[in-house]
Amino acid sequence: MLLGPNGAGKTTAIRLITGALEADTGTVQVFGHDPTGTAGEHVRRRCGVVTAKPSLYDRLSGIDNLRYAAELFGLGRGSAADRRLAEAADRFGIAESLHLEVGGYSTGMKTRLALARAVAHGPDLLLLDEPTSGLDPESAAAVLELIRSMTSDGRTVLMCTHLLAEAEGLADRAVVMEAGATVVAGAPSELSKRFWPSEIVSITTAAGTDLDWLVHRSGVATYERTAGTARLSVDDIALTPALVAELVVRGAEILAVEPYRPTLEDLYFAIRRDRRSTDEPTGPARSDAVEVGS
Amino acid sequence: MSGPSPGWQRVVTVARTDLKQLAQARDFWLPMSLLGSLFFVVIPTILLLTITQIGSVEVVGRVSDALEVLPESAQSQIVGDSPEGQTGYALAVFLFAPVAVIVPLTISTAVGAATIVGERERGTGEFLAHSPASAREIYLGKLIASLLPGYATVAVGFGLYSVIVNLTVGPSVGGWFFPTTQWWVMILWVLPPFLAICLSLVLRLSARVSSTAAAQQASGLVSLPLIMIAYSQATGVLFGAGYLPLVVGAVAWIGAIVSLRRGMRSVTRSRLLGVASGI
Repeated sequence: MLLGPNGAGKTTAIRLITGALEADTGTVQVFGHDPTGTAGEHVRRRCGVVTAKPSLYDRLSGIDNLRYAAELFGLGRGSAADRRLAEAADRFGIAESLHLEVGGYSTGMKTRLALARAVAHGPDLLLLDEPTSGLDPESAAAVLELIRSMTSDGRTVLMCTHLLAEAEGLADRAVVMEAGATVVAGAPSELSKRFWPSEIVSITTAAGTDLDWLVHRSGVATYERTAGTARLSVDDIALTPALVAELVVRGAEILAVEPYRPTLEDLYFAIRRDRRSTDEPTGPARSDAVEVGS
Repeated sequence: MSGPSPGWQRVVTVARTDLKQLAQARDFWLPMSLLGSLFFVVIPTILLLTITQIGSVEVVGRVSDALEVLPESAQSQIVGDSPEGQTGYALAVFLFAPVAVIVPLTISTAVGAATIVGERERGTGEFLAHSPASAREIYLGKLIASLLPGYATVAVGFGLYSVIVNLTVGPSVGGWFFPTTQWWVMILWVLPPFLAICLSLVLRLSARVSSTAAAQQASGLVSLPLIMIAYSQATGVLFGAGYLPLVVGAVAWIGAIVSLRRGMRSVTRSRLLGVASGI
């Protein structure tokens, strides 16, 4: 998952991976090849790309857009290719509209068609640039389902997104970028550990103020309360029952106790805050080598 | 030039898809069809009928005087027993000749000017840039897609023009006479390389400029060589001088090959994306 503000270089990263652009410095290896070299065609044939704008030919019908891509990506023409295209279109619920001119499609239909086009040739690496922006919930869910399906088949999916809540639970690895450089990279759980080394518990009481006693309790590393809910990090999660028991003894009316797991969004903002405070990249910079695929 | 040779299947695919889009663009081909029919059918029919059927002595006399400007060698080729027949022959063979150049030039440059910058403007250049097609394959596909509409118009228009000329002027000059050998040389040998040179320049412009409008403005300049050919043909210089058309055609083919090879370098993935410097 590539995360970062506008202008961070996420789209450029995708373009570098397919060899559409050459890197100013450093090297890019995809499936063990330089995508801008003679193996570029081989690399691009194994990639499927959904760009931020669907990049479709409005004057052509949906099926003609798919056939164009099928021929360029080596699926060829004929009934076998058409079957593959129909399957891909069906997967994204666009099969019924394939005979229509794309210029008349809604935003969601265009994205669905672009997704079908990207997966029809069975790519080993799927590159998605903001694929869910502007989509209705059903279409967005289809995208997320595609990612799960592709990764469960052992394929690699690289996705740029601003919608962190949607991407929650999808990413094996998150890369936060800024100004063309990697700020931090790693598995979300590892990154969470880095920013929240202690366990976090969320406790809600009816009054809220009766929670403030926990600030001074030993074993509580950090404490933060908003209205009736306090979020505290504890040295050991096993301490939680004792804390709750003490609160009850002190007369607090407990409404909820739950472990708190930082979301991808929490992580992203924590990284961005950390970045602003240190102003130093903590990961590989623009000139380092990047490898994608196997 | 280094690099692998292009995959012709992908060249054909790019060309076919561009042509399919053109066929859908009624707002483009309708005016272009009107242009072709005006130059190849309507104007020649009216003028040749006026000369040969109405037989206005004054009109024939004026046109005959105008034909005096043709070179001696061209004048010697004019056949016909009557002034009407000779005038009609000269009009058909020499003076209407520019239509064979102007019509395909107009159509092909209009298509070619928009072809690469249009991909960029519509955002579809990004799709092509990420595709396995090489820049060379994309260039050649787009060249063919720009060349074919203009040349197809010539083929159809030339056929219609031939029928009209033979029906209107033929009876006055002893039967069907058109196309003449020089016209075959013109259509099959001289015109294609000049069209290719112009289109290679137009495509280079299309790859470099920032908008379709700018490409169309600039492409007007590169049509000058074809205008020159049209002028040469209309004045009989090209037709009346023995082997000159063959030599001009041969030189033009060499120029076309050089120009096309240089043009291939103008299409790059970064230009399709619109991020190359100089766009």
